[in-house]
Amino acid sequence: MKFRDEYRDSRAAQVLARAIARTVTRPWTLMEVCGGQTHAIVRFGIDRLLPPEITLVHGPGCPVCVTPVEYVDRAITIAEYPDVILCSYGDMLRVPGSHGDLLAAKSRGADVRAVYSPLDALSLARANPQREVVFFAVGFETTAPANAMAAYQARQDGLANFSMLVSHVLVPPAMRSILDAPDSRIQAFLAAGHVCTVMGYEEYLPIAAHYRVPIVVTGFEPLDILEGVYRCVRQLENGQAEVENPYSRVVRRSGNPTALRIMKEVFRVIPRRWRGIGDIADSGLGLAPAYAAFDAERRFGAVTVDTEPTGECISGLVLKGLCKPTDCPAFGTRCTPDRPLGVTMVSSEGACAAYYRYRGKPARPS
Amino acid sequence: MTSKNSHFPNACPLPATSGDTIQLAHGGGGRAMARLINSIIRPAFDDTELDRQHDGATLILDGPLAFTTDSYVVQPFVFPGGDIGTLAINGTVNDLAMCGAHPLYLSVGLILEEGLSIELLQRIVGSMRAAATAAGVRLVTGDTKVVDRGKADGMFINTSGIGRLVSPTPIGPASIAPGDVVILSGDIGRHGMAVMAAREGFGFETVIESDCAPVADAVLALFEAGVEVHCLRDLTRGGLASALVEIAETARLAISIDEAAVPVADHVLAACELLGLDPFHVANEGRFIAIVPADQVEQARDILTQYSSSSGAVVIGRVYAGNGGEVTCRGILGVERAIDMLSGEQLPRIC
Repeated sequence: MKFRDEYRDSRAAQVLARAIARTVTRPWTLMEVCGGQTHAIVRFGIDRLLPPEITLVHGPGCPVCVTPVEYVDRAITIAEYPDVILCSYGDMLRVPGSHGDLLAAKSRGADVRAVYSPLDALSLARANPQREVVFFAVGFETTAPANAMAAYQARQDGLANFSMLVSHVLVPPAMRSILDAPDSRIQAFLAAGHVCTVMGYEEYLPIAAHYRVPIVVTGFEPLDILEGVYRCVRQLENGQAEVENPYSRVVRRSGNPTALRIMKEVFRVIPRRWRGIGDIADSGLGLAPAYAAFDAERRFGAVTVDTEPTGECISGLVLKGLCKPTDCPAFGTRCTPDRPLGVTMVSSEGACAAYYRYRGKPARPS
Repeated sequence: MTSKNSHFPNACPLPATSGDTIQLAHGGGGRAMARLINSIIRPAFDDTELDRQHDGATLILDGPLAFTTDSYVVQPFVFPGGDIGTLAINGTVNDLAMCGAHPLYLSVGLILEEGLSIELLQRIVGSMRAAATAAGVRLVTGDTKVVDRGKADGMFINTSGIGRLVSPTPIGPASIAPGDVVILSGDIGRHGMAVMAAREGFGFETVIESDCAPVADAVLALFEAGVEVHCLRDLTRGGLASALVEIAETARLAISIDEAAVPVADHVLAACELLGLDPFHVANEGRFIAIVPADQVEQARDILTQYSSSSGAVVIGRVYAGNGGEVTCRGILGVERAIDMLSGEQLPRIC
């Protein structure tokens, strides 16, 4: 398959892994920001191709993992109103709230639907004028343009029965927050390639300069990730801290101007609380005043984000790169994808789910 | 059915017009039901046992038998490469084949929702007839029920099947042994992606066709040639991954496969990549794995590749000693990873 097979070539991967091993002289800790990268690393065993000096820790880039539990609870409450159709992306439906998930609400009779695009939710609103259609809009900069387009079209069409429950988050403020933490051990970032497709990478330049960390825009295929690691290590060994973009087949310096325009039109930057991480200033997107009529929080009441759930789950430490999933005593025993204690075990992008799925059963064929 | 259909001769139904729909009376045991059965279902299935119009089929059977049942609830009813009718026949035929049996007789239970298009029903029973002929099985008994609108999703089908065991040795996970080889009958993931694409209206450039097909001929040929088949498993819901894990766990042995050896068509792979789905977890309806002793693998594969439903048969892995039911996969970069069953239903990811 074009644009895939050439980036999964085993021989080229070995060549890159050897180049990394030749370059490294001391231990370095790198964070891959995006959950999609985490899954690729664990699935392909990329970390096992690397020299022992290099530690990859997994970042907060799993959109459903960082969505506060209160938003999930509110989505469930809204879904249970009799005239509501609640839509979201598939893997949001399994994220546990305080008392069950959206799929459980569906089984109790709520009209909960998985959609592939927020525009599908708009179509549902047009087709069901007597029902309230609420789209649970979560995600990073990657999903923001399409979600913005849904609000934009709803406003253009005057769709009175459509609204969005928005819990959008932004990557660069989270990277700053991780680096600001006194216990941070991150020395370089593999930036999330698809976030940069939308946003470009100019906003990383001040982060690299201020914190003295190399940031390499990185894709999701094995060779992309190995290239990202190689460039980070090369910079670290040379004492550099720059932003590099080897993912240039997809990412341009200034991003996607059309996507940025629609985001700017529909959203405004607001503070957000991240599940497992806490409050981060200017780290979220909410609907701009001109789109307030489509804000589900206005229609159904504002969500109050209270305290972080306590318990055995260490997903906050995992999301901040302070622990690996396997550091958790509950991993694979009391916490599995079928009985998750926290979101990082639920989401298809969660680090714990990746470790369980690809390494859960230590198999040693004799 | 509208009143004009009452003039249809029983054995030669005219096609229903698109406006004709199933009504509660079609399941009520009276004349409307008799007309539905006699004008649409019985002529389509066309079997002397059904023509006797008795309460059940009487069959003469000898020797050990296999008996299986399955229910079919797919949406949409019609998808590229098949429909719920072909699934309902091939699925049960294949379950019998996986038992090491020669499929002989099937029963058909139809649960129809009030309002279902009779034209669609005709198409589905026609597909069942065609699939049964292709698989060489007889549809000898059946039942039709109609439920209120809103009480079923258009149509549910149950088929049960009886087959004559031809395998001289027990087929199943308990029969596999370290050193055995795993053969996969062809590329994976077509059915699940075909149905998902049809249901969600993805409009991919290349239409994905289901792999739905009867595999009994190919499997029976293994027995005829004297191949000592240890285990067979069709890769339906849960896909290749679930089948391997179930076998390994039951056998308390380990199985290791080679990812590069598992064929996935480019357009299926592209659809899976787009939606964040793993082809190992995607459903199939005409694919199976056969686990055979290492010294018979060449013979087994040569036989399977002679049949259209398994022309792409390949060796994908091997059985090892172990006691935890581990299944591993050597990835394309040469690193081993675990293979696990799907947790919950397959849901497309956010980004």
